[in-house]
Amino acid sequence: MGHFKATHEMDVMIEETGFDDHFHDHHHGDKYQSSFIGHYIFSMDHKIIARQFLFTGIFWAIIGAAMSIVFRLQLGFPEESLAWLKPVLGKWIVVNSEGIGTLAPEFYYALVTMHGTIIVFFVLTAGLSGTFSNLLIPLQLGARDMASPFLNMLSYWFFFLASVVMFYSLFLSTGPFSGGWTAYPPLSALPQASSGSGAGMTLWLVSLTLFVVSVLLGGINYVTTVLNLRTKGMTMWRMPLTIWAFFVTAILGILSFPVLASGFFMLMCDRGLGTSFFLSEIFIEGQALDYIGGSPILYQHLFWFLGHPEVYIIILPAMGLTSEVLSVHARKPIFGYKAMVYSILAIGFLSFIVWAHHMFMSGVNPFISNFFVVFTLIIAVPSAVKVFNWITTLYGGNIRLNSAMLFAIGFVSMFISGGLTGIFLGNSAIDIQMHDTYFVVAHFHIVMGIAAFFGMFAGIYHWYPKMFGRFMNETIGKLHFWGTMIGAYAIFWPMHYIGMAGVPRRYYSFETFDAFAHFDDMNKFITISAIVVFAIQIMFVINFVSSIWKGKKMTTRNPWGATTLEWTTPIETGHGNWDGKIPVVHRWAYDYGKDGKDFIDQVTPMAEGEVPGDH
Amino acid sequence: MSTVSLNSNNRSRVHPQKFALWLSMGSILMMFAAFTSAYLIKQSSGTWVEFVLPQIFYINTGVIVCSSIALHISCRAFISGKELIYKSGLVVALILGIAFLVFQYQGWNALFEMGIDLKGNASGAFLYLISFVHAAHIIGGIAALVLAILHAFTLKYKVTDKRKNRFEMTLHYWHFVDLLWVYLFVFLLFSK
Ligand code: HEM
Ligand SMILES: [Cu+2]
Repeated sequence: MGHFKATHEMDVMIEETGFDDHFHDHHHGDKYQSSFIGHYIFSMDHKIIARQFLFTGIFWAIIGAAMSIVFRLQLGFPEESLAWLKPVLGKWIVVNSEGIGTLAPEFYYALVTMHGTIIVFFVLTAGLSGTFSNLLIPLQLGARDMASPFLNMLSYWFFFLASVVMFYSLFLSTGPFSGGWTAYPPLSALPQASSGSGAGMTLWLVSLTLFVVSVLLGGINYVTTVLNLRTKGMTMWRMPLTIWAFFVTAILGILSFPVLASGFFMLMCDRGLGTSFFLSEIFIEGQALDYIGGSPILYQHLFWFLGHPEVYIIILPAMGLTSEVLSVHARKPIFGYKAMVYSILAIGFLSFIVWAHHMFMSGVNPFISNFFVVFTLIIAVPSAVKVFNWITTLYGGNIRLNSAMLFAIGFVSMFISGGLTGIFLGNSAIDIQMHDTYFVVAHFHIVMGIAAFFGMFAGIYHWYPKMFGRFMNETIGKLHFWGTMIGAYAIFWPMHYIGMAGVPRRYYSFETFDAFAHFDDMNKFITISAIVVFAIQIMFVINFVSSIWKGKKMTTRNPWGATTLEWTTPIETGHGNWDGKIPVVHRWAYDYGKDGKDFIDQVTPMAEGEVPGDH
Repeated sequence: MSTVSLNSNNRSRVHPQKFALWLSMGSILMMFAAFTSAYLIKQSSGTWVEFVLPQIFYINTGVIVCSSIALHISCRAFISGKELIYKSGLVVALILGIAFLVFQYQGWNALFEMGIDLKGNASGAFLYLISFVHAAHIIGGIAALVLAILHAFTLKYKVTDKRKNRFEMTLHYWHFVDLLWVYLFVFLLFSK
């Protein structure tokens, strides 16, 4: 072993009980981190890659959220002038003779589309699971790095390329794609269908195809690492729930994103080669196009076969992070660990057989709809199991109400509210009224948008010290939580009523609908709430960035008193994670409040006669 | 090198890279499953033009199967020390692989002469699309074969774990794209 001298008590423990993989024998000097570029840019260290995903995700979150503020302004205050936005948006703000500026309708649609695409794929997929799978899988499993650090690096850079292409599309003179984040044909298949359907859609397709590559490279690596590179003693049943969640998420991605890719290839053929997969007889400006016999419904099947698992790709990592944070800060083992794992597996499986609940109103045969209704409602069962276990974990706990914990509790609240409205929508008869209204918007923003963001925030506050060696400011953190929690409900709660009254989503203006006139005030209220919540998120970003240099320093390795392996590495964790041996695991991840001790970490061997916590 | 130590606590007997390759095969399979399901859905919704597959596709299925067999023999020979069979098997596999691409191209030409083009009925468009995306995966396999041949003829013959693993990965992928074609071909034949 040679040159490693253990001084810290944890290092001494690992040297005594750990497992020698001769890491340093192969490691003459530091091969990876020789230059700035090798260290920070084209890094193969999973911890750096995690931060790259996080920073890029935050960048996109700001853009995506800012877009929503712009279209909410138009929706809530159609008479007010938006001329002040002209310096940023240029020709997309149309100023009339009285100097009143309004958002161009085409650009309203482009903003709605980009908002959805960016938040769903770039922020809540790449920014969430990219960040935390990368950070935690090797660290919590006791691995030196991912199975293939190189493919891992590529995964980030494909995401980066996808980002660059999408960002560029924002500045096209015809605007970015504007046919909705689901990109249904014909708007997505006919370049001449709308202004965003031309170059904007082409770049959208290129960007998302690159994104699929990124997800696949990442996912393949995560699954391989989980199955192959767990340290000694780390059986599957001893893995923290975070890892279970990332693992199943990656499997969902590997199985569903290729299906989306096949839909994309067919779209490309329709756009460029004149095939008619998704297009049937169409007239544009009185001219018949020569497409025959295609079916736009076919695209919907392909899209939602990805699309529904995708929403779980977003929420499962948030669930994993929440479980971990709740347990650590309640100082209690997670309630029903095995039930939690089986629920994750059940949700993962069921998510593949419910996709047509997005298509109840697309003319799907009602008998087939029944099948999808039943399975959709069954998903509520494992979801309810998880909610029950989270609440029971809190019950009687020695709760620390810090920012991470608050967001984890907030996650549970949001998931309940949004899950309940899902049960309404899952009934195909009720969906006749609700489909494509603000009720759906409220449902998925609460259950997916806000909940997943809360899971992500919980993760960021909790693992910030691991990533940056410092803490974020707690006071601002708590303000961030309460502001966002109240603000998010203020935005989305009213939308349920608007939706039940039948107000359709994605409309630029309701001026001509007298029936909806009395919602004007509610729309103003929603817009104002959205602006407040946006401002609070900026506060979070400032806290996040400034704490990198100014935050309270982390002085001990394991500030939260957690049991998992990531807190056993040195504060300044190098590539390879442990300086000497790899820790060996002797127990499950949730020994809190056991045998009179506050916690027992996973590397501590079982005492004589000790009953395992997960017996 | 670092990869040695990174993977030295590997739990299963399968090399992680090989395992990752299997996962990516699963992912590729899902894409083709999507194509073929879309094919069936489209077919059942009417306006579907039937046609006979050009003969060359039958022959070509034989070609790619032979290529797979050649590579299999080559891999066996590599492990058991029969250097000559190892090298010639590789070359035969590569030549047959390239022949497959050429014949696929001729198959597309034959289709085109039968009057089946991309702009016509979706049945033809599906055939072009599926076989083309498959051919793209064959090109990936051919790149791996070229690399394997370079290794075979420039490195001194020696069976190491690393080379064995590398060869087996090439073999598995090649078998995979081969079987994939057999599946697609049978599918196209019987889904009429
Ligand atoms: C009990 C569980 C749930 C049920 C029964 C359910 C049911 C539904 C149904 C039936 C729709 C279609 C509504 C329509 O378009 O008319 C829908 C939309 C949606 N759901 Fe859920 N859902 C559940 C949980 C979730 C979760 C956990 C997420 C995400 C994490 C989610 C994300 C979405 C999204 C993104 C949409 C709308 C997509 C769009 O049209 O743009 N749902 N849900
Ligand atoms: Cu769904």
